[in-house]
Amino acid sequence: MSTVNRREFLEIAGAGLLIVATAPLSDAQRGGGGGGGGTLESRLHIGEDGFITVLSGKIEEGQGALTELAMAAAEELRVPLGRVRMVMGDTEQTPNDGATAGSGTTPRTAPLVRRAAGAARGLLLAAAGRQVGVDAARLEVRDGVVEYGGKKYGYAELARSAELAAAYKEVLPANITVSAAKDWQVLGKPQIRLDARELVTGEHRFPSDIVRPGMLYGRVLRAPSYGATLGSVDLTEARKMAGVTAVRDGGFVACAAPTTFAAQKALAAISATAQWKTVEQPSSDELFGYLKQHARAQERPQGQERGSVEKGLAEARTRLKATYQVPYVQHAPMEPRAAVAEWQDGRLTVWTGTSNPASVRQQLAETLGVAQERVRVVVPHFGGGFGGKHTGEAATEAARLAKEAGRPVAVQWTRAEEFMWAYFRPAALIEIEAGLDAGNAVSAWDFTNYNSGASGVDTPYRIANTRARFVASDTPLRQSSYRVLAATANNFAREAFTDELAQAAGRDPLEFRLSQLDNERMRNVLKAAAERFGWVERRKRRRPGRGIGLACGTEKNSVVAACCEVEMDGAGGAPRLVEVVQAFECGAILNPANLRAQVEGAIMMGVGPALREEILFKDGKLTNARFAMYRVPRFRDLPKLDVILLDRKDLESAGAGETPIIVIAPAVANAVFDATGKAVRAMPIRGARG
Amino acid sequence: MATIRLSVNGKARSVDTEPERPLLEVLREDLGLTGTKYGCGEGQCGACTVLLDGKPAVSCVTPVRAAEGRKITTIEGLAESGKLHPVQEAFLDEGAVQCGYCTPGMVLQTVALLANHPKPTDAQIVEGLNGNLCRCSDYNRIVAAVRRAAAGAGKKG
Repeated sequence: MSTVNRREFLEIAGAGLLIVATAPLSDAQRGGGGGGGGTLESRLHIGEDGFITVLSGKIEEGQGALTELAMAAAEELRVPLGRVRMVMGDTEQTPNDGATAGSGTTPRTAPLVRRAAGAARGLLLAAAGRQVGVDAARLEVRDGVVEYGGKKYGYAELARSAELAAAYKEVLPANITVSAAKDWQVLGKPQIRLDARELVTGEHRFPSDIVRPGMLYGRVLRAPSYGATLGSVDLTEARKMAGVTAVRDGGFVACAAPTTFAAQKALAAISATAQWKTVEQPSSDELFGYLKQHARAQERPQGQERGSVEKGLAEARTRLKATYQVPYVQHAPMEPRAAVAEWQDGRLTVWTGTSNPASVRQQLAETLGVAQERVRVVVPHFGGGFGGKHTGEAATEAARLAKEAGRPVAVQWTRAEEFMWAYFRPAALIEIEAGLDAGNAVSAWDFTNYNSGASGVDTPYRIANTRARFVASDTPLRQSSYRVLAATANNFAREAFTDELAQAAGRDPLEFRLSQLDNERMRNVLKAAAERFGWVERRKRRRPGRGIGLACGTEKNSVVAACCEVEMDGAGGAPRLVEVVQAFECGAILNPANLRAQVEGAIMMGVGPALREEILFKDGKLTNARFAMYRVPRFRDLPKLDVILLDRKDLESAGAGETPIIVIAPAVANAVFDATGKAVRAMPIRGARG
Repeated sequence: MATIRLSVNGKARSVDTEPERPLLEVLREDLGLTGTKYGCGEGQCGACTVLLDGKPAVSCVTPVRAAEGRKITTIEGLAESGKLHPVQEAFLDEGAVQCGYCTPGMVLQTVALLANHPKPTDAQIVEGLNGNLCRCSDYNRIVAAVRRAAAGAGKKG
């Protein structure tokens, strides 16, 4: 830690005793990886004021990681939650905990924080034991205080020990025990987010709200269509405008000005002179044929295989096949990509919204030609990502502009830029063929996902002959992560097709699933959702124009099931979602209030691609890249929503930011199938007309 | 350029700027009031909602000259000497916040809704807030927060 940063750190954490680092931490010391996970001093600071500061390289984007990690520390240190502060996502101050992705904070980072906090408690108890002359095992901490012989010892006081300072620098052992879920005092109890107050008052500074002295606002010239390359461009007019800096560096053309309005004018002047070479691009009309034609057959497919699919299909009494289509969708977080970059004495600091600060730091160093040690990436709590902000485009753009301007520069993408130039959730083409045996059970299952990914490709059902594969394809649009990756597409296709099979078998969708489902946790959520929804009774009471459907799935070591009811509009067009009951289980629940928010939010976010969202493109341009046309869920889409959280204190806690999104689309598809008699094989689900 | 006189959160402010510049930009860049957010620039998401004479307006498509002579309320103007507005309290108590980027707009829209409908039905809440997007899709809890704010206001009144 440099002197400056040490001072900054103390401003946040308060004067304290245990952090005495005089040299920058090496990456190995910072590492939050396996084993004990780095040194105690890289993770926890105990202030003279009795406040504990916890450091984590994870970021907060609304998913509740900050509160969860603070709860984890409070639990093991036996201090009230209000005494814990968090510092997150700062490459110069926090350990590298990897990207905030894949529901990883709960199963991987929370245990690291708990072990560090548990180790600190152990050291402090030992210090207390020495001080009062008794075995530490006879002492305990309550509300951050050790009480013995009528006297009280607080953490800050106990921490004033040379032995502790030495122990604090050692790498944590792996064998620290943490409290069992059944004994939790802080974890497992509903807790409102610690950062909520600054959000309701508007005081919190999101990346797009950061202001630095003398800062300019930047805009970047974008190609008119995908694949277009810049021929010539003239910056003269823009450079004549007051306070404008304009830069061209290869394909990068951008400008910065004292206001966004002025930058926009300068960009318009630049844009008017730009000559582009365009190339032919596929359109969304031909997307699914394109994905099949461009499948990379030579690559080894990923997925499960057991028995013989050929034999299973040959021996089947009934064979069914279907093809499913899932289009590209955009994350469209409320806060588009944003960054502020500032150079000072050859050092670069960038504030930005990314789930991957360490990788953005590396990318900045490479692009700007500066050593990584001279680059700092700070990630304030930002306005949503959903897997869509693993990259650092705005960070790089701001850094290049700031270097040219010699002043700090802010870059915030417009909504139109965010739609077109952020990456998309991959489109999927899925082919399934299955066979039913003489007993009307599924005996063969052949499943191929083209392009979108292997997550959730395997079937959870007990089927003797199974082949599930992911085959990569060339993608017409830039694609990458989205909440739970391909598991949404794969669960949609599998669960929708399962209802077609159930119908062919003349069996109830619930009973049909349970008869071939061994996963006890999945059975539990399926039964819980069906029971609360009244599945069995409602199957008997049919109402015209209405249908009910269910679906289940598992991903990231958690399980989920939903039942829903839809109402078809009179014209046979769009279905309206009337009611959803969803049951979810992710092991021992860390924060039930936040978990409920994640599950409800995932369901409602999933309603978008289920019913309406679809990126349309032609000639290398998007044709519906506006909220007026690309219609994400709104209040009017809110159904009656009932969420059941099953708490399994006997199981490890799994992450919950992703899996709760996977069953809403197939449940709706099956409800539409039930209402119309017509099988649904594409998202968005359009009902009889589609 | 023109000198535009504004009344923001009860204070007289004067800015020299292009009169056609969006109010949102002037609030954020000239007056340092960053609680009002850019979300789409087309008045479709409500993140930039402010109150003009008590009525909600999307500041991203409101030219600053159109706000001259009107009372502008932003999220920074709701709490009084550190005491949260009852609607802010309700959002906080209900935990109706995920990423929070839409929250200032949601809160102001709710303030306007409750001024018109102190005891809104669920249908009135949905219609009143439908212009505001939340991509964390926390709609269920935001509705609960609005109900809570209405109930609280009733008790105090």
